[in-house]
Amino acid sequence: MSKLNKTRLSKISAIILLIQLTGCASLGVQPWERDLLAKDAMALDSEGIDLGLDDHIYFSKEATSGGRAFAGGGCGCN
Amino acid sequence: MQLTKKGNISAALAAATCSLLGLQAHAEVADNSWQIDTALLYYGESDRVQLAEAVINANKDFGDEHIFNGKLVIDTLTGASATGAVAQNNVQTFTRPSGNGQYDIVAGDTPLDDTFKDTRVQLDAQWTQPLWENVRGSTGVHLSKEYDYLSLAVNGSLAKDFNQKNTTLSVGLSYAFDSIDPEGGRPVALSKMVLNNDQFASEEAYQQAFDATRLPGSDDKTTADVLIGLTQVINRRLLMQFNYSFSSVDGYQTDPFKMLSNVDQQGITQNLVYESRPDTRTRHNIYWQSKYAMDNAIADVSYRFSTDDWKIDSHTFDSRLRFKLSENTYIQPHFRYYQQSAAEFYRPFLLDGDPLPQYASADYRLGEMTAYTLGFKYGIDMGNGEELAFRLEYYQQDPKNNGFDQPGALQQLDLFPSIKAVIAQVSYRF
Repeated sequence: MSKLNKTRLSKISAIILLIQLTGCASLGVQPWERDLLAKDAMALDSEGIDLGLDDHIYFSKEATSGGRAFAGGGCGCN
Repeated sequence: MQLTKKGNISAALAAATCSLLGLQAHAEVADNSWQIDTALLYYGESDRVQLAEAVINANKDFGDEHIFNGKLVIDTLTGASATGAVAQNNVQTFTRPSGNGQYDIVAGDTPLDDTFKDTRVQLDAQWTQPLWENVRGSTGVHLSKEYDYLSLAVNGSLAKDFNQKNTTLSVGLSYAFDSIDPEGGRPVALSKMVLNNDQFASEEAYQQAFDATRLPGSDDKTTADVLIGLTQVINRRLLMQFNYSFSSVDGYQTDPFKMLSNVDQQGITQNLVYESRPDTRTRHNIYWQSKYAMDNAIADVSYRFSTDDWKIDSHTFDSRLRFKLSENTYIQPHFRYYQQSAAEFYRPFLLDGDPLPQYASADYRLGEMTAYTLGFKYGIDMGNGEELAFRLEYYQQDPKNNGFDQPGALQQLDLFPSIKAVIAQVSYRF
């Protein structure tokens, strides 16, 4: 590989790396880009009631609980 | 598009201002009003437990993001629950957990105890407010009470926003105290069930023999949880959450209603032994959730890995896809898959003559198992913040033998039957 090609390759690599780093730093949106994220249905716990009911069922029927929220505070459910 | 009316311009300006301030766009619903969510749930297993549950959840923003959330849950449970004993080719007789009376299980059937009738009341209250710039604090209490069980818990958490609220880091702690006082007392670990086959001289003699297998009074356990969470907005459509949680349980974790069959080399039950579980349990959970907004749908996908020192590892995959059917209706298919390995002290039965282990449980919920849930939800937006929704799901558990040889008669019997359940729910928000 010629010296010129090597330099070109390093430059391209540096540019790709820079683009990726910029990508990481710009993770997220500007406040005026929150139109979709602001929808009720996009909230992580938008179905809190359903999730609470499901947690109760699966807590009673399976050996694992928690993860999404706290695991403690149970019941004597069979 | 040309704005022709002055009102439209004001509305557009207001919306733009809201967007600039990073406020949520659904501000037309007065933030200072109560938002009430109600739901009725039915959970029914074929031939086993039936549960009816009602929920009222009230949420109110008192201004400046000072938010109160209160929840009341009432449920009633009836039906039969697997005891842990194995099926046999003859009728089996069991003493009821209270010691008062007996019940029979026909040949070939999985022994179920049908004495379960319970009503439970649960209350939760949570307060959340900003503490400093970009930092919110939240604290809450939890109470759950049924006839023989009480659970009390407190929690507190801090959340800090970074990077124009695109990143949120949170840390939470919860501490729970549970107390159990079962009818008839708690069985002595691994003691033999006393059966009244008219071999006792008197009722008192039977009662004395039964009481010898029981511990007086109630027992309790405490659960301490730590949860660390990271929420990250990836782009205009994608949001992600990563949680790590650690849970430490200390105290009585045995199920006083569960037992194991002690079988001989022919697979015939010789006697029944009450189960025994360790007093401590430490668990680690890793949880990842993603929400992705498409033009006419929202995908919600999550995965949880859990591992504990009872040697139970589990994987849970959950997914919901909300399709917009019209301006005010949606349909949301749901699929969940769950898989767990068996606790190290799980065994479907004991072998007569073998030395008794320190801990043993035949509760299928601690055995190897896969389970799936398949269903859908249909929702109608009725305007003014009102929503009506219906949910119908099918849940099936498939317990598995994790390598135990089934002696003699047990080979022909189904020791790991599937459990099939229906979940139906109506919800109304106003």
